[in-house]
Amino acid sequence: MPEPVVLRVTLNGEPRELSCLPGERLLDLLRGLGLTGVKEGCGEGECGACAVLLDGRLVNSCLVSALQADGATLLTIEGAGQDRELAAVQAAFAERGGVQCGICTPGMVLAAGALLKRSAQPAEEEIRRALAGNLCRCTGYVRVVDSVLAAAERLGPPDPSAQE
Amino acid sequence: MRGNAADLELRRPASLEEALELLAQDPELKVLAGGTELLVRHEDGSLGPARLLDLSALKELKQIRRVGDELEIGAGVCYADIQAHPDVIARLPLLVQAAEQTGARAIQERGTLGGNVANASPAADSVPVLLALGVGLLLRSRTAERRLPLDEFFLDYRRTALRPDELITALRLPLTPPPLQYFRKVGTRRAQAISKVALAAAGRWTARGLECRVALASVAPVPLRCRELEAFLAVEAGRGDWKERAARQLMDGLRPIDDIRSTAAYRRQVAGNLLLAFLRRAEAGRPGQDGR
Amino acid sequence: MRVELEPLPAVLDLRQAMAEERADVHPLGPVVKEIRIAKGDPEPVWSRAAHVVEDEVESGAQEQLYIEPQGMIAWAGPEFVTVTGSLQCPYYVQHGLCAVFGLPAEQVRVIQAVTGGGFGGKEEYPTVLAVHAALLALKAGRPVKMVYDRAEDLAATPKRHPSRTLSRAAFDHDGRLLALDVDFNLDAGAYVTLTPVVLSRGALHAAGPYRCDHVRVRARAWATNTPPHGAFRGFGAPQSCLAIERLLDKAAAQLGLDPAELRLRNLLQSGDTTATGQVMREEIDLTGLVETALELSDYRCLRAEFARANAVAGPEDPRRGVGLAVFLHGAGFTGSGEKRLASRAGLELDGQGVVQVLAASTEIGQGAATVFQQITCGALGVTHEQVRVAQPDTAHVPDSGPTVASRTTMVVGGLVERAALALRAALVADGLAADADPAAVARALRERGRSHGGERWIESYQQPDWVVWDEENYRGDAYPTFAWAAYVAQLAVDPLTGETRVEEFTAVQDIGRVVNPLLAAGQIEGGVAQGIGFALLEDVRWQAGRMANNRLSTYIIPTALDLPRIRAHFRETPAGYGPAGAKGVGELPLDGTAPAVLAALDQALGARLARVPALPEQILPLLTPEATHA
Repeated sequence: MPEPVVLRVTLNGEPRELSCLPGERLLDLLRGLGLTGVKEGCGEGECGACAVLLDGRLVNSCLVSALQADGATLLTIEGAGQDRELAAVQAAFAERGGVQCGICTPGMVLAAGALLKRSAQPAEEEIRRALAGNLCRCTGYVRVVDSVLAAAERLGPPDPSAQE
Repeated sequence: MRGNAADLELRRPASLEEALELLAQDPELKVLAGGTELLVRHEDGSLGPARLLDLSALKELKQIRRVGDELEIGAGVCYADIQAHPDVIARLPLLVQAAEQTGARAIQERGTLGGNVANASPAADSVPVLLALGVGLLLRSRTAERRLPLDEFFLDYRRTALRPDELITALRLPLTPPPLQYFRKVGTRRAQAISKVALAAAGRWTARGLECRVALASVAPVPLRCRELEAFLAVEAGRGDWKERAARQLMDGLRPIDDIRSTAAYRRQVAGNLLLAFLRRAEAGRPGQDGR
Repeated sequence: MRVELEPLPAVLDLRQAMAEERADVHPLGPVVKEIRIAKGDPEPVWSRAAHVVEDEVESGAQEQLYIEPQGMIAWAGPEFVTVTGSLQCPYYVQHGLCAVFGLPAEQVRVIQAVTGGGFGGKEEYPTVLAVHAALLALKAGRPVKMVYDRAEDLAATPKRHPSRTLSRAAFDHDGRLLALDVDFNLDAGAYVTLTPVVLSRGALHAAGPYRCDHVRVRARAWATNTPPHGAFRGFGAPQSCLAIERLLDKAAAQLGLDPAELRLRNLLQSGDTTATGQVMREEIDLTGLVETALELSDYRCLRAEFARANAVAGPEDPRRGVGLAVFLHGAGFTGSGEKRLASRAGLELDGQGVVQVLAASTEIGQGAATVFQQITCGALGVTHEQVRVAQPDTAHVPDSGPTVASRTTMVVGGLVERAALALRAALVADGLAADADPAAVARALRERGRSHGGERWIESYQQPDWVVWDEENYRGDAYPTFAWAAYVAQLAVDPLTGETRVEEFTAVQDIGRVVNPLLAAGQIEGGVAQGIGFALLEDVRWQAGRMANNRLSTYIIPTALDLPRIRAHFRETPAGYGPAGAKGVGELPLDGTAPAVLAALDQALGARLARVPALPEQILPLLTPEATHA
């Protein structure tokens, strides 16, 4: 039986020390903290419902071991309100029918926000490719794609001062 | 979730030296790179209790750099970073395609080229491209370093030439690959799919024929380089109904299987069709041809 | 004790069940339910008709694949059971728990948790899971949570029934449908679930939206030894609509008519009768509906253009096709179902003047809560801040029936509207001006709430007396009203791989008044997406009666990249009998999507496929020149 370890992470903007088993899934660790916006739909990286941002990268938290997150900055849907792109995507989903049952929505919003951070004005095909790892069974994706287009329009072209 | 977190021991070394040292001491360690394969097997219970060596903290494995006339891609570079790298975009479009078609974005942010090779799945998306481009693997143990052509790496189903104390540290790709290039992955759907068949080819016309490498995924127990076909094309390309004869030869030589994703008959036929697609493009790109 | 087991040969699919007719598969026999519908007499027609067309169509099992797997939490003691979980029908679960635990309904409480999709898949099975969790909780003396992982969920839960339909139609020289004979068969699996009801809906949609004087439908559900099949959005109608539409496409080819033209000659009109003899009292404009779909999709131009382009296509040029399906979906429960249910729903006014909608109909992503709130606000004349929708909890809300059969807006929404109108009338009696603005109504509600806090306004469903249904003989008004639709699919097939890409999809429907356009369009788009999956991708693979591809990496549903921009268009004829003329919408798109896709494949391939899903493995051989055949 492995010993529990302590991780140091920045979680939704807060520095945290978290005790966990090294092989525990990041998904279970986060849900155990009450961050139930992280959903489990398949456990094998196919559905994207458990997506989170790890150092700004979209990852399926079912395929990340807790120890691999040591030292990382983590953002879940619960922290999305603090982020410019994610907040815009959230608002657009709510307004445009991008949400039906909502189970895929946290992962969808994070995937869309991550896309807008690397490509501020994506074309429809690019959006569809970026969301292809987030399965939705309710919407047919029409209004999901429209929501992302609307968020991109609202955010406008990238702010040059924010570029590295 | 069938696996048990308590069954996993995880070591996360901070340097390559430390990783190789751990591996030397305990060759039973299973190497965890992006986790997109190993942690799936943990989830479905097929991995069972295991000691894992996690490479995710090793910055040494995450670099892309030019070395002479080659591009060195660290084994730990993920697909997302490969498709964004200027040299890869400019010089290795097939690799960009393979990276974009592996899983979907969240998988591309984790999955690594080294992991894809070491995992030795016959369905690996990037491997046909790497075989077609003629890749060299850099393998290291605590005591030695060697270079092995990727061609010689796959021995049998999920069995490779990697020694228990070795890690793949990098891949070396030619910065100027041959001009005729083709890649097509046929999956179960347009994204987030495992391949039913994939074919990659790269080559050039010579005075005698078409000098090329052709590689396939998901038609054999290993990622398959088609040497007999290549030998045929080297001398027969351009003569009579050479394209059809090449496709026939390829299809006759394949022994794919029926499985949960597709059928042997489909795989064989699509392999032939994709080869024809490459050969038609090659014919159109032949010096002195008008493209028809 | 010594147990001797002798394995008997199993019946593992519908073809085997129909061929062997084994009596030992199920106590009810090889056929667990049979339904016959008869109108006129087709027999004399076959010999004298100008054309007789025969067809056979099969469909595979389809998984609902809600993204949230089944899950339930239970608390139990000798005198009580309480469960909460992911479910569509709280009172179904309560009914099941009462039966198992021998408790009266007052001691069994079921609370719907926020539910991540259902599509019929959380209609029946949550009862099973609730019973398992509650038994464990009783034994353990502690609360028990059971959440299926994906593999468990896929292996255990009921899916859309596989089907096999043999059909025959007679036409005159002008392509008018004279007689129709449909032999409709479903694979029930090992136990009788909702199968009889699914079979019934399938049978009632088997003649499609066409006028025909002589119809025979024989519908049978066959027992096999696989896990049982059950409810999935569309509920038998997708299978039978597929069969009639395939038959018409085949007939069009045989008669040398365009498939759209053949349909236009045979559409039901107001005043016509259906196969059960139901007179179409409501205003129907199917011709207008079909013409709208043909225009919006540019069907006629594309049809000609693709015929030309396919004839000269090179070895790598995509083969294109465009196809039409016309169909209907009966709104609400079949026949006397709504009468038997006698649903109850309504409102509660709290002490602060906030109105709560009380219904057991669940929000599962389809927008039930929004629609209830919207209907209530509309009838009361208040803004949405004044209205809440109560969590479905059997201890608190009346039984408004299950959340199924596209009935929530039409039937339950109608009850909520009546309750709201009654409350409004009470406010007017209190002195509220008839033309009061929302702020004034809110003030009146607060005032009434202070004195009458906790007051309830509950309405019960009354079936209109003109709905007459003879369950014994399957005659009469099968549904109080129908939704109508015409869908056009446009697609391209890659001749190298046999892969099909749906490029455009036009969905035109008449669902009566559209209560909420955003939600209604979302229902159509999502339903078409599931229909495209049913047509082209989704294939439950059985090995010895078990689902072999029980992973999301092997059971393939469409991603965002696999689907076109689905275009939903509504033609409103407010003929429904829900709130202000609304009809049901949820299931409709499943009925017509697959036949439209298969019709488009007919044109692209110049060959017919008779089974869904139409996979590349079946398509490629139709495209491959002999020279390179394996």
